[in-house]
Amino acid sequence: MPHATDALGQLRVRSRMIFRAVDWTLPIWIGAALFLVFLMILPLGWIFATSLWGEQGWTLDAYVRVFTEAALLKALRNTILISFWVGVLAVVVGSLLAWLVTRTDLPAKKAIRALVMASFVTPPFLGAFAWTLLAGPNAGLLNRLYRSATGAEGALLNIFTMEGLIFVMVLYSFPYVFSMVANIFELITSDLEDAANILGAGRLRTMLTITLPLAAPALLGGFILAFLHSLSLFGVPAILGLPAGLHTITTQIWALFQYPPRPDLAAAFSVPLLLATMLLLALQRRILGQRGYSTVGGKGGERRTVRLGIFRRPIFFLVLALLSLSVFLPYGILLKAALARAWALPLTWDNLTLGHFRFAFFQYGDTQGAILNTFKLGILTATAGTLIAALIAYITNRQLFRGARYLAFFALAPLVIPGIVLAVGLFFAYARPPLLLYGTIWILFVAYLTKEMPVGFAQAETTFKAIQIELEDASRIMGANRFMALKDVTAPLARSGLIATWCFIFIGVIRELSASILLFTPKSKVVSVVIFDLKEEGQIGVIAVLGILLLLVSFFLILAVHWVAGRDLLVSRE
Amino acid sequence: MKRLSVLVLFILVRAALASAQEAALVEAGKREGKVVWYTSLALPSSTALAHLFMNRYQGIEVEVHRTGSGRVLQRVMQEVAAGIRNVDIIHTSDAGHFVLFKNKGLVMRYTPKGVEGFPASFKDKDDFYYGMRSTLSTIAYNPRAVAEREAPRSWKDLLDAKWRGKMASAHPSYSGVIATHVLALVNLYGWDYFRDLAKNRLHLVQSATAEIAGVVASGERAIAVNGAEYFFYKMLKEGNPLKIIYPKEGVPLVVSPTAIAKGAPHPSAAKLFTDFIFTREAQQMLADREGLYTGHPEVNYPQDKPKLKELRLLSTDASQLEERNAEIRKRFVEFFGA
Repeated sequence: MPHATDALGQLRVRSRMIFRAVDWTLPIWIGAALFLVFLMILPLGWIFATSLWGEQGWTLDAYVRVFTEAALLKALRNTILISFWVGVLAVVVGSLLAWLVTRTDLPAKKAIRALVMASFVTPPFLGAFAWTLLAGPNAGLLNRLYRSATGAEGALLNIFTMEGLIFVMVLYSFPYVFSMVANIFELITSDLEDAANILGAGRLRTMLTITLPLAAPALLGGFILAFLHSLSLFGVPAILGLPAGLHTITTQIWALFQYPPRPDLAAAFSVPLLLATMLLLALQRRILGQRGYSTVGGKGGERRTVRLGIFRRPIFFLVLALLSLSVFLPYGILLKAALARAWALPLTWDNLTLGHFRFAFFQYGDTQGAILNTFKLGILTATAGTLIAALIAYITNRQLFRGARYLAFFALAPLVIPGIVLAVGLFFAYARPPLLLYGTIWILFVAYLTKEMPVGFAQAETTFKAIQIELEDASRIMGANRFMALKDVTAPLARSGLIATWCFIFIGVIRELSASILLFTPKSKVVSVVIFDLKEEGQIGVIAVLGILLLLVSFFLILAVHWVAGRDLLVSRE
Repeated sequence: MKRLSVLVLFILVRAALASAQEAALVEAGKREGKVVWYTSLALPSSTALAHLFMNRYQGIEVEVHRTGSGRVLQRVMQEVAAGIRNVDIIHTSDAGHFVLFKNKGLVMRYTPKGVEGFPASFKDKDDFYYGMRSTLSTIAYNPRAVAEREAPRSWKDLLDAKWRGKMASAHPSYSGVIATHVLALVNLYGWDYFRDLAKNRLHLVQSATAEIAGVVASGERAIAVNGAEYFFYKMLKEGNPLKIIYPKEGVPLVVSPTAIAKGAPHPSAAKLFTDFIFTREAQQMLADREGLYTGHPEVNYPQDKPKLKELRLLSTDASQLEERNAEIRKRFVEFFGA
C-alpha cells in the first residue's frame, strides 16, 4: 500500500504546514522564552547578582563569609550529613520494600503500595509535627508508653536530634526510591537469576550478585533523588532541628531574611544548593541513561516471584510496622490531637471536643483565609499548569515544528531549582517595584507553577505517548482538520490522563511550604504556612485539623485519579 | 461668679468639641470599615481586645495578624521595601523597633486619648508611640516535674548542671519580650550568663507565650528559663500545671509600644482603635482577663498577682535595645546554635 503511506506522509507534512500557516511557532517559542525569562532566568539572575553585589560594587565577600563564618559552615555541614544519611537509609528501606512488593509473594501488596503512596503524599512538615507529639523526649506519647511499661526514667526516643531529623526525612523520602527501584525490578527478567540458581547460588547470593547489581543504577538514582529531596526540605529541619540548635541550609536562608535582612548572604548560600542540585541531577541522568542491559530493557521473559516461606508473615508484619511509622502513628496522633482538648491526655468523653474544627473553619480569620487561598492557588496552578504542560507535551510528542523536542527543556528545567532557592529569586525579582507581585497570591502562583511544571509535563507526556498518532491520522484522512481531530479524537483519549495531571499538580501545590514560607504576606497566607505559624501559638489541635484537611483532600484526589485514569502518582512521576 | 461661669462655659465647649471630634472620627472610621493590626500580643488576648472594640464600634472590623515581634518587624520592613501599604497599627514587645520606625519615618505622630496619667516610661517624648501594656519575663516550672523546694529561685540557679536537658527558652529573634529579657540580663550579668546557660542544652522554641508555656505545661520540658508571665498566669488559671518564679535579683519589665503606620490605609479607624486601646475599659480587660500589667493609673490587678512595686524590676532603654538588637540575636545564636 505505498499510496496510503504516501498520503499519510503528505498529510503529516501538510498538517505541519497548516500549523505553520497559522503561525503558531512564533507565539509558542515566545511564550516558552517568556516562561524561561520571568520564572527562571530573572529570579536566578537576581540571586547571582545579589550574591556578588556589595556596598562597594562587585565583590566575592558574601561567598567568603558563607564559607568561613562558623554558623553558616555548620549549617552547610549539617545539611550534607543529614542528606547523605537520608539518601543511604531511604535507599535501604525503599529498595527492600520495592523488592518485596515486586518480586516476592508478600501478602497484601496492593495495600502496601497504597501505604507507600500515603507516605508519599503526606507533607513532610506534617509528619515532623506529628512526630514531635509522638517522640518528644518527655511528653511524647511513645516515650510515656515506654516509661509506664518499663518503669524507666529516660526517654526511648528523642526526635529533636539530628538522628530524629534524619529518621523523619527517611520516612517521607523513601517512596521516591521505592518508585524508581520498583519500576526497574518489574523490568528485570528472572533469566539471570535462574542461571545463578542453577549454578548453585542460594536466594541471598542470587539477590546480592545478580539482582542487586542489575538494580544498582536505580539505587544510585534513588539515592540522589532522596538526597536532593531532603536537601530542599524546610519544614522538617525547622520543626525538629531548630529546637535543638541545628540549622540547615534552608532554615539558615530563611533566618537570613529576618530583620536586618542579609540578602547577599541568603543569595550566596542559595548558590551551592542550586549547583549541588544541578550537578546531582545531571549525574543521575547519566547513571540512569547508561542502563543498557538487555535484561532490564526488554518486556519479554519471565519474572518469578521469590517465595518467602516461613518468613512471609514476619516480614509482612515488619513492613507494616515500618509503614506505621510514616502513616498509622502520625495520622493517629493527629486525629487524636484534632479531637482532644489536651492532646497528651487520654481521649475520654470529657477530653473530647469539636472546638478545634470550629475554630479552624469558622472562628479564626487566618485559617479561613488560608484555606481559601490554598484552594484558589491549587485550582489556578493545576489548571494553568495542565494546559501549559499538555500543550508542550503535545507539541513535543507530535513534533509539530522544527526543534519542538527542545521545548521539553523549558518544562523540565525547574527541576534543578530547590523550592526555597526559587523563592529567594522570586522575592528579589518581584518584591519591589517595578515588577511587584509580592503581597498578592500571584507570586505564590508563579512559584507553584514553576515548581510543578516538571511533574505536570511528565504526566502529560505519558498521556500523549500512550495515544497512537495513527488515530489522529485516521481522522485526518477522513477529512477532519487538525483541530477537529484534536477535539474529537485526541482530547477524549487524553482526558483521563490530563485529569490525573491536574490532580497531581493540585496535590503538589497544597503541600508546598519551602517556597511559600518566604513569599507569603498576611493577605496571601496558605494552609502550610498557617500550620507552621500556629505551632508558635501552641494551637496543636488546630494544626491537626488543618493537617487532616490537607491529607483528606490529597487522598480524595488520588482515589479520583485511580478511578478515572487508573494511574499511580508514584510510578509515573519519574 | 462671672469668672466661674466663663470657666464652666469653656469646659462645656471643649467637651462638646471633643465629642464632636470623636463622632467625626467614628464616622470616618466606619467609612473605612476596618483596621489592620500587626501585633505580637498573644493570639487569645489580641482577638479578645479586637472583639471588645468591634462590639463598641460596630461596622469596623479589626483584622488581627498575630506573630512574634521579630516577624512583625520583618513583615513591616519587607512591605515598606515593596511599597505595599497594608498595615494600620504596629504593636511589638521590642521597644527598639519603634526607635527604628521613628528614625526611618515609618510611623505617625499621634497621642492617644487618656495617656496623660501614664508613667513616663510608657511614652515616647516625641509622641510617636505609647506603651499599651507591660509584660514581665519570668521563670516558670512544671510542679509535676520539679518539686517546689527543688525549684530554681534565681536566674543563676538555672545554671546548675542538674537542669541539663530539662529547660526551654524562647527566642529573641522571634519574641520581643525575650530580646528585651536578654538585654536586661546582659546588663545585669554580662554575656557570660548566657554562655553558661547554653551549656545546659536548652530546648529552643520561638514564642514566649503559648509555645513555651505549652512546652512546660505538657511536661516536654520541666522549666522555662524565660517567657511572658501573663501567659504563664493565664494557663495556670486554666488549671495547667505551672508555677511562676519572680527572681529576687530582678524581673525584666517589657513595655510594649503601639504606633500608627505612616500612610496607614485606614487612618481614622486606626486612631479610633488606638484611642480605644488606652481606655480604662480596655486596659482593665488586659489586666483582668489576660493577666497583663499596664501603665493606666486606675487599673486594678488580680489579687493573686504580685504588685509591680513589690518586685525589683529590670528596665531597659528603647534606644539601647535598638542599638544592640543585632548583637543580641547574633550572640544568642552563637551560644544556643539556632
